[in-house]
Amino acid sequence: MGWRVLPGGGMSVWRWVGWLVGLMGVMVLSGCGVVSGERAVDFVMLRDGHVRAALPGVVLLGLNCGLLGTLLIARRLTMLGDTLSHAVLPGIAAGFLWTMTKHPGALLIGALVTGVLSSLVTGWILGSTRLKADAAQSVVLTVFFAAGIVMIKLLPDGSKAGLDRFLYGQAAALDAGETVLLAVAAALSVVVIWWGYRGFLVLAFDPGYGRAAGLPVKGLHLLQMFLTTLAVVVSMQAVGVILVAGLLVIPGATAWLFSARLHRVLVLAALLGMAAAVMGTFLSFAGDGMAMGPTLVLCAGVMFGGAFLLSPRYGMARRMVSVMRHGRRVRREDGLKAVYRVLEGRGFSGAGFGLEECGQSEGMMRSLERRGMVRAVAAGGWELTESGFGEAARVVRNHRLWELYLTRRAGFAEDHVHDAAEEMEHLLAEENIEHLMGVLGHPERDPHGRRIPRSGDTIETSAARHE
Amino acid sequence: METNSDREPPAFECHDVSVSYDRKPVLYGIDVSVPGGSLCGIVGPNGAGKSTLIKAAMGLLPVEGGWVRMFGRPLDEVRPRVAYVPQRTSVDWDFPVNVMDVVLMGCGGKAGLWRRPTAADRELARESLEMVQMLPYADRQISQLSGGQQQRVFLARALAQRADLYFMDEPFTGVDAATERAIVTLLEGLRAKGGTIVAVHHDLTTAPEYFDRVILLNMRLVAAGPVEEVFTAELLQKTYGGRLTVLSELALRAQEARARRGV
Repeated sequence: MGWRVLPGGGMSVWRWVGWLVGLMGVMVLSGCGVVSGERAVDFVMLRDGHVRAALPGVVLLGLNCGLLGTLLIARRLTMLGDTLSHAVLPGIAAGFLWTMTKHPGALLIGALVTGVLSSLVTGWILGSTRLKADAAQSVVLTVFFAAGIVMIKLLPDGSKAGLDRFLYGQAAALDAGETVLLAVAAALSVVVIWWGYRGFLVLAFDPGYGRAAGLPVKGLHLLQMFLTTLAVVVSMQAVGVILVAGLLVIPGATAWLFSARLHRVLVLAALLGMAAAVMGTFLSFAGDGMAMGPTLVLCAGVMFGGAFLLSPRYGMARRMVSVMRHGRRVRREDGLKAVYRVLEGRGFSGAGFGLEECGQSEGMMRSLERRGMVRAVAAGGWELTESGFGEAARVVRNHRLWELYLTRRAGFAEDHVHDAAEEMEHLLAEENIEHLMGVLGHPERDPHGRRIPRSGDTIETSAARHE
Repeated sequence: METNSDREPPAFECHDVSVSYDRKPVLYGIDVSVPGGSLCGIVGPNGAGKSTLIKAAMGLLPVEGGWVRMFGRPLDEVRPRVAYVPQRTSVDWDFPVNVMDVVLMGCGGKAGLWRRPTAADRELARESLEMVQMLPYADRQISQLSGGQQQRVFLARALAQRADLYFMDEPFTGVDAATERAIVTLLEGLRAKGGTIVAVHHDLTTAPEYFDRVILLNMRLVAAGPVEEVFTAELLQKTYGGRLTVLSELALRAQEARARRGV
């Protein structure tokens, strides 16, 4: 349990370590064969016209998706991102059929229409059946997507060639007009979230309270849906219809692991979205026109993986380290306890002991020695130092006090308490001890009649009290 | 208590209020009037519609017929004077906010839900936290709070609204005895300043001690009024003596018939 409550101070170090390693991971990935050094230099210097044209739009897209995705996560609506990203496909096909050209305006309008339609149909199903949101959304997204595929397949051969880029995305598809669209969508999101941040916060945390306090919950919801649909629609040329869902959710989910305040999560998600955009563009460029959607989402995925392993709050690495540390401390404390019992058996006549009688290893003694708990004496013998004795007495006291507490106050039988105390002796803090002492009336002996050590005990005082 | 009931309209009044959940009726024709300056408990068995009454009053559930007024006016006109404390379990306590963020949601009413918190808002939030003895936890992540602390944070958020009428949904659920006592003292303090509290309450043994008025509810109104008149064995028996299954079934059937006719 110890790892759950983290001290504030140590956090920043972990945060930086997490970031550094995460970034290094991405760099290594980029370096892995896909890239030649020359390409990298070209990219950084923005020498390539395609990169110059695509990069600003993709970065804005990352920013927009990062912000809106965080709000989706906050409201547990991430499935909605999936639904939207699939449901725009028939709209694209319909837009093409309508004009018989790949005019971006028509395709965007078509996508917008079917995107909104999918939300309406989902809401309709939810309102009139007992199905829950996940089922309703799965139905809608697969049906819409299938319809889109069929429509594209039915198109005359020559014309459908260009439409498959909507499936996986292509940075080269971004021209100035689309970049402007992406900029408008991103600016709209930034302004709306800046202006309505607290409204969205209340909407996400406690919509019932918000409504009771007069918050226009429905209006905010529609605004959020509109911005999200717009984001999906303007992003689909660059990253493809399906994978835009990943770009919506992954930066937000990554940021979620790092901060516990929504405004920080939002800012971080926007930054991560932009970072993923730059790296994705680079990989797509370096991989000679590799589809943009997969590279962007993979970069975002690498970031998430790094955060998952290394986040100071929930990171697996951090968790493993504290579990290991706790395990080592438990073994040391158990070692000291064993020594204490041997000395107790001799009436505390001295601090010296042998390894076999305590059942301890040489390695354990070395570990304790480094911490000043024991020292080696002649002929392979060891003795407890003063602080070592204090520490051993503390652990034994915790153990016996907890056994007493369980039998006296919690109604446990005497032969049921040992295992619980074995665990608890390592976890009790001084304030818990004070409380237990008070509750139990500063007891002398544990349920098995053994003396409970006191804080400040030395071997001399223990010997004096031992009869 | 000289809350001149002839001249001042009641703090909370509802007339012939009916509510359905998923087309299933839960409250029928409720008439209630709570004068200002009272501490009123809503008491009744599980599924009696206690929370529903509060939610309907706050406009969170659609009311089918009848009307609700606060201080003689529709809620929209007096919203800043009315605070709502939802059930503690209605939100996700892992949400990324701290205690201060939550309490600030109550500051400044509707306008406060948009603007950045001002220094005055923060001061108000701190005062409210102090009132529930949670000020030391202001920067604490809400996921680290115990049940009783969560409840007190919710109370502080409502207090920050400086309202005259408080609707509280089960404020004592999952709260230890000491916290419960502290909350009651706080509510009595609000009442002493002329505030009105309407709270859903589960514990029959403490109800007459905590409240000066009660609403006995079991899908319909059994009785409402001062504790000494209403909290009687006979009326309690009536409240808790079995569900009104016949009424419920017939009402559902009637509604389905109406739906079939396309009304």
